[in-house]
Amino acid sequence: MNITLRVWRQRNSDDTGQMQTYQVTDVSPDMSFLEMLDVLNENLTISGEDPIAFDSDCREGICGMCGLVINGLAHGPKERVTTCQLHMRSFSDGDVIDVEPWRAEPFTVIKDLIVDRGAFDRIIQAGGFITAPTGTAPDAHAVPVPKLDADAAFDAATCIGCGACVAACPNGSASLFVAAKVTHLGLLPQGQPERHSRALDMVAQADLEGFGGCTQIGECTAACPKGIQLDLISRLNRDVLGALAHRG
Amino acid sequence: MAISGVILVLFLLAHMYGNLKVFEGQDAFDGYSHHLRELGEPILPYSGALWIIRVVLLAAIVVHAVSAITLWRRARRATGGKGGARYASSKAPRGAQRSYASFTLRWGGVTILLFVIYHLLHLTTNTIAPGGASDSPFERVVNGFSIWWVVLSYTIALIALAFHLRHGIWAAMATLGANTSPTRRKNLNIIAVVVAAVIVVGFLVPPFAVLLGLVG
Repeated sequence: MNITLRVWRQRNSDDTGQMQTYQVTDVSPDMSFLEMLDVLNENLTISGEDPIAFDSDCREGICGMCGLVINGLAHGPKERVTTCQLHMRSFSDGDVIDVEPWRAEPFTVIKDLIVDRGAFDRIIQAGGFITAPTGTAPDAHAVPVPKLDADAAFDAATCIGCGACVAACPNGSASLFVAAKVTHLGLLPQGQPERHSRALDMVAQADLEGFGGCTQIGECTAACPKGIQLDLISRLNRDVLGALAHRG
Repeated sequence: MAISGVILVLFLLAHMYGNLKVFEGQDAFDGYSHHLRELGEPILPYSGALWIIRVVLLAAIVVHAVSAITLWRRARRATGGKGGARYASSKAPRGAQRSYASFTLRWGGVTILLFVIYHLLHLTTNTIAPGGASDSPFERVVNGFSIWWVVLSYTIALIALAFHLRHGIWAAMATLGANTSPTRRKNLNIIAVVVAAVIVVGFLVPPFAVLLGLVG
């Protein structure tokens, strides 16, 4: 396959940046999108140009490190797939593919396709934890958890914090991310003591970071590589309303 | 946003129901208008209930607009002022799945506000009176909607309202916590489409009935 790439190049956070065109030849359909970029970077390095900076780590779709806006869609055209698990067979020979970083004011572009997602870390620090006694591991089943709750909590916990929800949201909202974390802990008995403060604090931190508000458009869910469902945002809102009523 | 929206939707349903009394003839329609002013008497003064409703509606509109402007400003700040069009690629102008209704919600709201002002000047205060002013609400309706471009202007406004309600009703229910599963999400969207359709068709029936000479 021969591909034309239009890639966002930006030297640093102060640079304005622009799209730049590259040709990539002899691409195997079995390559992942990131492997295709690796090939391009090798060629760029050989020819003495600056390789394209992009994030990746596990390349198994479970770490949340990679994330590119491909042809205007976060993580590309396939549903429930991270950028590293998107393969070139999803494209056709001769395609022109646009590659850009996540765009949101709280996600500053550090270089090329790499953005700073420290805002997500600070949201987690604001309430994405439980108070647990330290020491030896507790006995299994010491705290009974209904099976359905455990399954739903696990579904929410599959959020890898990649930031695709923010990148896809026309409002630049982090509501799906916050909702996933609040649901994951709030469904379990261990998460109950901080349930109210967690919802309020994480939403307040997201606002402070400069993320937008949710208007229930649903682009986040469509972009989410883990299929985190939109109803978690309703659940987050119920927790926030409950917390506000409780606080009085 | 959601609570003020629900108040306005409930008003629209009541308003639409009242409008349909035009089919019962001039006495029934003018009588309905008169009874609205006598509602709650003698505990409330003449027009008392109507003024309470008007104040609540005005407050709902103010809250709705202030919330909308707040959300709009936060979205602009979060996306560098470009919203869903912040990517250089033009290959997914409508994103993955977002509806035309969600896309036009904010400007649709402005359109509806301008229409409401026009509508109040037309049929409530009768300041704008194409076809002739009258003390009888029934005659105002018939005089106005006998003119094709008046019906056209109302139709355009109601189409804008249809899109606004289609996303707004869904979003209000989801915001207030009613979305509890993917299946529920589908059903809430169906409810939004049905309620929007009922309201808009219900509002369009009287003007077209007048235009086609079925009422008057």
